[in-house]
Amino acid sequence: MMRIRSLFDIVGPVMIGPSSSHTAGAARLGALARAVLGGTPCTAQIALHGSFATTGLGHGTDRALVAGLLGFAPDDERLPRALDLAKEAGLDVTFTQEDLGEVHPNTARIDMTDADGREFVVQGSSLGGGDVLVTLINDFPVEVSGELPVLVVVHHDQPGVVAAVTARLAADAINIASMQVARERRGARALMLIETDGPVPGDIADSLAAIEGVTEVRRVPKV
Amino acid sequence: MAFGSFRELLASSVDVGSLSAAALAREAEESGDSPEQVLERMDAALSVMERSIELGLSGEARSRSGLVGGDAALVARSAPGLSGDGLSTAVARALAVAEVNASMGRIVAAPTGGASGVLPAVLTTIAERTGAPRERTVRALVTAAAIGGVIAARATLSGAAGGCQAEIGSAAAMAAGAAVELAGGTPEQVGHAASFALQGLLGLVCDPVGGLVEVPCVTRNATGAAVALAAVELALAGVTFPIPLDEVIDTMGHVGRSLPPSLRETARGGLAASPTGRAIGKKTD
Repeated sequence: MMRIRSLFDIVGPVMIGPSSSHTAGAARLGALARAVLGGTPCTAQIALHGSFATTGLGHGTDRALVAGLLGFAPDDERLPRALDLAKEAGLDVTFTQEDLGEVHPNTARIDMTDADGREFVVQGSSLGGGDVLVTLINDFPVEVSGELPVLVVVHHDQPGVVAAVTARLAADAINIASMQVARERRGARALMLIETDGPVPGDIADSLAAIEGVTEVRRVPKV
Repeated sequence: MAFGSFRELLASSVDVGSLSAAALAREAEESGDSPEQVLERMDAALSVMERSIELGLSGEARSRSGLVGGDAALVARSAPGLSGDGLSTAVARALAVAEVNASMGRIVAAPTGGASGVLPAVLTTIAERTGAPRERTVRALVTAAAIGGVIAARATLSGAAGGCQAEIGSAAAMAAGAAVELAGGTPEQVGHAASFALQGLLGLVCDPVGGLVEVPCVTRNATGAAVALAAVELALAGVTFPIPLDEVIDTMGHVGRSLPPSLRETARGGLAASPTGRAIGKKTD
């Protein structure tokens, strides 16, 4: 169900048609996946589930997802040409139709690799009216709506990392709106998702990456 | 969204003089933006609407399936205008925006992509015919959004949840109410206009042929605009609807929930399930 926060959720969003859920929402999901990866992927395998699979092509869901991966906004008039533009940008995209299980009908899973061959998986759903929710990053269940900037911190599951990261943010007076912490298993790879009211400056993100136990920091902007 | 009922919106308008002023004040308060910033953003939305009307009327917007496109230009060129120019103008413009939407052009969802033609068509037509300045048209869009917000809070704006009445019906209610404010009607008349439009489209099913936002979605924008124009005439003449708008909206929600899934955007009922609808659906797969 779409969330109504503002008059511009009713008269708006400004978008490329035809569907706020199947086109605009798909573009936002693609944009979130791009941000998690940290740039334009080299390859993207996109699995379409449910209504995305059955009526997605007629609504340009495929092109909208790719437009997001290329960094286009949902109202960018290049969106209908995204598949051709992906080729020019060196992004190799393949689509499959899959049953992803008990998930929202408008769901896609995007398996991406970056220039260094690192793999990232982002799965998310388009809830209606252009609202989206990323529900899976790699193996971690998450909830990211893209309405606030998010810091994605990959780290080792060891004592003190969460405290060090939040202390660093507190020192710079950055307010945390919400926080999620998950791990693969005890002592293995873990993930912190920190929603902040405003964007986190690059130098602060760099200083977080230097904290003992932190392996990667990604800044996912509001989309 | 602040207003959970039209009654509350109406009450807030008493001190400030209009529904748009009340909605604007609340939006500014909740978003932290100034009223001027909110109006600027709404002005930008109006500009996108105007461009989508122009593009659609040029006849260049064609959907990939080939099912829709070019009809807005045909109406603008060849409609006889038997009911007066206002109706044919609004109908052409509603088709124009809906064709741009179907052809993956840039539009303003109002309240959805599929129903994006009704509000710009009705509002720009009434603005021209009343000679209202642009700033008042922008404020009328605020009123339209506030009415849509009440519908979202009490019922739904989604065809999948409530059928086409939730999309075209809501768009027509928003457009009729906004047009009445633009034409100088009272806040109460705005409510009656929205009621007339929504009651006229109660029960309308969502049955997209082939699952595409094309047939009958595009032409339903035209008929939605016509219903809105009728509602504007009723309300400004002083006709009142005995059921309050909030109850009409609640009824739309109830009716939507009682529609079978086949008539809620699944493309398994209505025109989508007609023999020709099925045949077209197969071809566009």
